[in-house]
Amino acid sequence: MANASDTVAAATALHGKRRWNQRNLAPWLFMAPGLFMFTVYVMWPIVQSISLSFYDWNGLYNRDGEFTGTFIGLQNYRELGNDPAFEVSLWNNLKWLVLYMLALPIGLFLAIFLNQTVRGIRLYKSLFFFPFVISQVVVGLIFAWFYAPNFGLFYLLTEWITGDGTAILADPDLVTYGIIAAGLWPQIAYVMILYLTGLNNVAPDQIEAARLDGAKGWKMLWYVVLPQLRPATFIAVIVTVIGALRSFDLVSIMTSGGPFGSSRVLSYYMYEMALGEIGLRMGYGAAIAVVLFAIMMVFISGFIWKMWRDEKER
Amino acid sequence: MVHKKAGALAVLAALLMSGSAYAQQRVVTWNADYDPIPLAATEALIADFEAANPEIDVQLTNFDHEGYKNAIRNFLTADPPDLANWYAANRMRPFVEAGLFADISDVWANNGLNEALASSVLSSTIDGKQYAIPYTYYQWGIYYNRDAYAAAGVEPPAADATVDWATFLANCEKFKAAGIDCVTTGSVAKWPVAGIFDYLSLRTNGYQFHADLAAGKISWTSPEARAVFAEFAKLQPFVTENHAAIDWQDAAAIFTQGKAAHYVMGNFAVGVFKEGGMTNDNLGFMVFPEITPGVARAEEAPTDTVHLTSGAKNPEDAKLLLAYIASAEAQSKWNAAVGQLPTNAGSTVDAADPFLSEGFAALSTATGGIAQFWDRDADAEYASIGMDGFQQFLVQPEELEAILERLEQARLRLFPQ
Repeated sequence: MANASDTVAAATALHGKRRWNQRNLAPWLFMAPGLFMFTVYVMWPIVQSISLSFYDWNGLYNRDGEFTGTFIGLQNYRELGNDPAFEVSLWNNLKWLVLYMLALPIGLFLAIFLNQTVRGIRLYKSLFFFPFVISQVVVGLIFAWFYAPNFGLFYLLTEWITGDGTAILADPDLVTYGIIAAGLWPQIAYVMILYLTGLNNVAPDQIEAARLDGAKGWKMLWYVVLPQLRPATFIAVIVTVIGALRSFDLVSIMTSGGPFGSSRVLSYYMYEMALGEIGLRMGYGAAIAVVLFAIMMVFISGFIWKMWRDEKER
Repeated sequence: MVHKKAGALAVLAALLMSGSAYAQQRVVTWNADYDPIPLAATEALIADFEAANPEIDVQLTNFDHEGYKNAIRNFLTADPPDLANWYAANRMRPFVEAGLFADISDVWANNGLNEALASSVLSSTIDGKQYAIPYTYYQWGIYYNRDAYAAAGVEPPAADATVDWATFLANCEKFKAAGIDCVTTGSVAKWPVAGIFDYLSLRTNGYQFHADLAAGKISWTSPEARAVFAEFAKLQPFVTENHAAIDWQDAAAIFTQGKAAHYVMGNFAVGVFKEGGMTNDNLGFMVFPEITPGVARAEEAPTDTVHLTSGAKNPEDAKLLLAYIASAEAQSKWNAAVGQLPTNAGSTVDAADPFLSEGFAALSTATGGIAQFWDRDADAEYASIGMDGFQQFLVQPEELEAILERLEQARLRLFPQ
């Protein structure tokens, strides 16, 4: 930033006021539509959610259009601290975060496997990419049937092997893992496609040089290929973390948070509390949203910081 | 060009004329969330009403059932219709307390509804004023599969004779031995287990206890509440395994295939059972067995209602329509078309439908009282926490203490003593 303003100052001295205005105003003019949208649709809702989390409000305005909530300070957050359902959701979010990272090695493996020139490879690539193209709702339905007691393929398989069928979605201890497995299916495809494009950009001369130096197998992958895939890995980590934290559709489609709330995640619990049939507790839902936002901020600011640092190094 | 212009003029004129035609009529707007069959019945009801009142034009706006739950909160403030569909008891409380539903005690008083709709007075009343016109309800109870009885060699319940709880449980043993689930349910949506719990609670301790429990007045760790769970524990081993991952419609398939003998359900499920191939010959209905001898029999019958909004533009004509909806004649016709029970005591029920007539008999002899259903009697959040607990108990009965403690904490938080 300091460099930028230095050049601006130099430019002013050289080309006079008109020129200075143009160079200063133009970027802002170009950014204005985006900034406007960002403020109205992102910043403003964030501010509103945070302020709403200090209220007890059932989402209704009275006949005269007046807000009917009451200010209760940090009460919603104190309640979150003692809420077993919130605790379960938080842990489940953590499970999602950790296990979703499996998409990276598996996606990389598939990408390397598919990065070859054989007849019909395009078809195989599209087939592997297919789960990412279909809607999450469809993925959820497919897996719900796959796990379904009495007729699901997975149930019949476990029944055949162990003699007693396992209904994953009815088991409070397994249900979250079952849903994560469903979520990993399209996520792996996504990561795979990121790595496939990354592999296209791996410099062949470096591979050649490494090969001459006798590198192969794991060493080749670890010391030569992976460092070149760093930009792809970075993006893959970001989309996976965000995908894990906003896991809502699969939970909603496959279990509605059940059995007895054991597969809830924060985003689903927020929906249940604020917008679901049972909830109408806007303030409490907003408090959950703020917690989720704070967790996301930890990762997002980490990414932004890294991106900024990389830019500066250039 | 000339032709086109003339055509446009004609369209414009037609629009203007139809506009003025509307302006002469008094309009009543009504927002609802009907499925196709009830929608057709309601359109017929409106046609009858308009025939009797030609100067009034009723405009029904039908919403998708799920979308309606969110839409109603917006349209009641932003653009209120004259009438809106909703539910009785605690479900209408937030709208009444926010002043969005209007007091219609005068409609009740002027049309003698306190007598005609006697069984629904309590559920339509908040703080001594009526805010709802109930027009239909349906009974809950136990539906049984005679084929499953035959397969397990169990004597089916005789008509008009009530089964007691001990016999019911003894029969369950026999069904289990025959590899048939005694009671099936699908609890993905959680409310089906609330139906079972409600009946256990109503039969163990009676209506007043159950109403107090739903209102948060009774501790979950009290001996009475524990007694309900003790009966629940007796039933638990006989309920379909993995019900927590089964939709209630899928459980209906288990039931119609004869893999389960009983289903605790509402009468709306009869249509699903019959689509699954059951007929009046092998599908039976009985009231839930008596558990504690001497407790007055109470039943569950959720009521659907229509409400006048506070922002109504034409409340006078809307009240006329409400009175018509409450009438015996309109309710007989509407409910006959939909296959549910009218709330007006003067209306008639299709005698050819055994489930409707048995349900009507069961409800009209329920001396204990009529409950609305757990998620309408209890506060929404409390109801949800409760249903989580019931479902968990049915999956993990050994967790009873933890469940009761969690429910009790929720009670103390939501209803500060």
